[in-house]
Amino acid sequence: MDEIIAIRNLTKTYKDVRAVQELNLNVNHGEIFGFLGPNGAGKTTTIRVLTTLAKPSSGSVWVSGFDVAKEPDKVKKVIGVVQQHLTLDLDLNVRENMELHARLHHISSSDRKQRIAELLEYVGLTKQSEKMVEELSGGMKKAAMIARALIHKPKVLFLDEPTVGLDVQTRRRIWDLIRSLSGNGTTIFLTTHYIEEAEALCQRVGIVNEGRLIALGQPSELRKTVGMATVEILVDGKFTRYEHFPDREAATHYVQSLSSDAKTIIIRDSSLEDVFVELTGKKVDED
Amino acid sequence: MLETLRDIYAVVWVDLKYLSRNLAKTLALTLIAPVLYLLAFGYGLGRGANIEGFSYIEFVIPGILALTAMTTAFNTSGLKLHVDRLFYKCFDETLMSPVSAFSIIMGKTLIGVLRGLLSSAALLLACLVFSPLPAVSLMFPLSLVLTCFVFSFLGVIVALLAKTHQDMTLFMSLVILPMSFLSGTFFSLSQIPEALSIVLSLSPLTHACLCLRASALGQAFPWFSFLILTVFGVVFFILCFAALKRSRK
Repeated sequence: MDEIIAIRNLTKTYKDVRAVQELNLNVNHGEIFGFLGPNGAGKTTTIRVLTTLAKPSSGSVWVSGFDVAKEPDKVKKVIGVVQQHLTLDLDLNVRENMELHARLHHISSSDRKQRIAELLEYVGLTKQSEKMVEELSGGMKKAAMIARALIHKPKVLFLDEPTVGLDVQTRRRIWDLIRSLSGNGTTIFLTTHYIEEAEALCQRVGIVNEGRLIALGQPSELRKTVGMATVEILVDGKFTRYEHFPDREAATHYVQSLSSDAKTIIIRDSSLEDVFVELTGKKVDED
Repeated sequence: MLETLRDIYAVVWVDLKYLSRNLAKTLALTLIAPVLYLLAFGYGLGRGANIEGFSYIEFVIPGILALTAMTTAFNTSGLKLHVDRLFYKCFDETLMSPVSAFSIIMGKTLIGVLRGLLSSAALLLACLVFSPLPAVSLMFPLSLVLTCFVFSFLGVIVALLAKTHQDMTLFMSLVILPMSFLSGTFFSLSQIPEALSIVLSLSPLTHACLCLRASALGQAFPWFSFLILTVFGVVFFILCFAALKRSRK
């Protein structure tokens, strides 16, 4: 069995809202898998089910061979979770937050100290270990949450919108951290509504919209489905028209054939954004 | 068994850390209200009065102790859990750890019990300055511990079910506050109309007061009230599990 996460016909309903509908998905051992979609697409709900915080309305989910609905305690031992919002205890300092997590995850007192020191070093927070959470920057808080999630050496790390609200440099640091974790053999399941993030990090991407998985594959494969090159044409200076082509040559050919009244024309590589727009008719960051 | 104890300690550890850091402040804060009650009702209003053959100050001290145990236990276990769950959101982390529901509930309850006992003990010491309790029996500390457990469980339930901060304050205004004044804390239940005293017997604090008062003043111990208080504790404990299950949606 190559998959570490298996989702079969998962549906999750809140009152009348079907947050996730008939989701089928495998995530392989050791890969960085990205769940890409706009806010409210059902990404966080899926993570909540995968991490035992919510129960499936129907369907089944296995993580590392354990059924999340029937064996939540076994699942909890093999997963680490970094939620989208801050979930550090604000009444504790960084090290104490780590210690609490270590205690809750049964790390013996002899290992605890060393493991905490190692992880704080790994995410670059050694100097901040005695600081209260409120004194940290946004990036440091996220790094602390990642360090905390790693304390029990999880097989799968879930990251819900890991870089939302962070500046560009910090975002890149977090990306490096995620890549280095993946290099160590940890499977990463992340959600994002940033196209660049999915393209920069993920080996495979699932695109979700309104609770449904609408595309799945490697970023390059997905881009191929719309065409690798995209032409943007600003029409009447008001709105942009997009045309997709198998390669740049075809795109250039098309541009040359256009009449001269089209003034602003851009030829670029297609992105996952184009895939999303083609499939849904709207942009990923459109609310 | 040992694992469960370790898990309970892991859950309560974080709150102990917080408590030890703020011990002086929290104790001082929890003592303000009861000391004010003691001065206002014990010395002001009730001076010279006699109830059930005791001076009013002797009569009212066990009531204020019960009241202090209730509010401290409820507030400690309830408010911190409420904040952790709805505002810090760090309670999710506890839910995602391999710690059993029993350990979570006991851990969150015990911090309320501990602080309830600490505040009661501090108040008791302060009271002894005013008036010694005439005939304290073994049932006095037992009743106090039971009272703390009952209201600590209640705090956990309300904190797990509250959807907003308003829910929490609403419960405190509609249930805890009336209960604190009406449950025979400041007056004898024999002085009020029977219909009302039946209503008041539905309040766990009423029974806590009866138990504490009898065991402090050397009256016949109200075993029936002790039983009812125990039943409240068991029921609240079971409801904690239901509330925890509901919070996982």
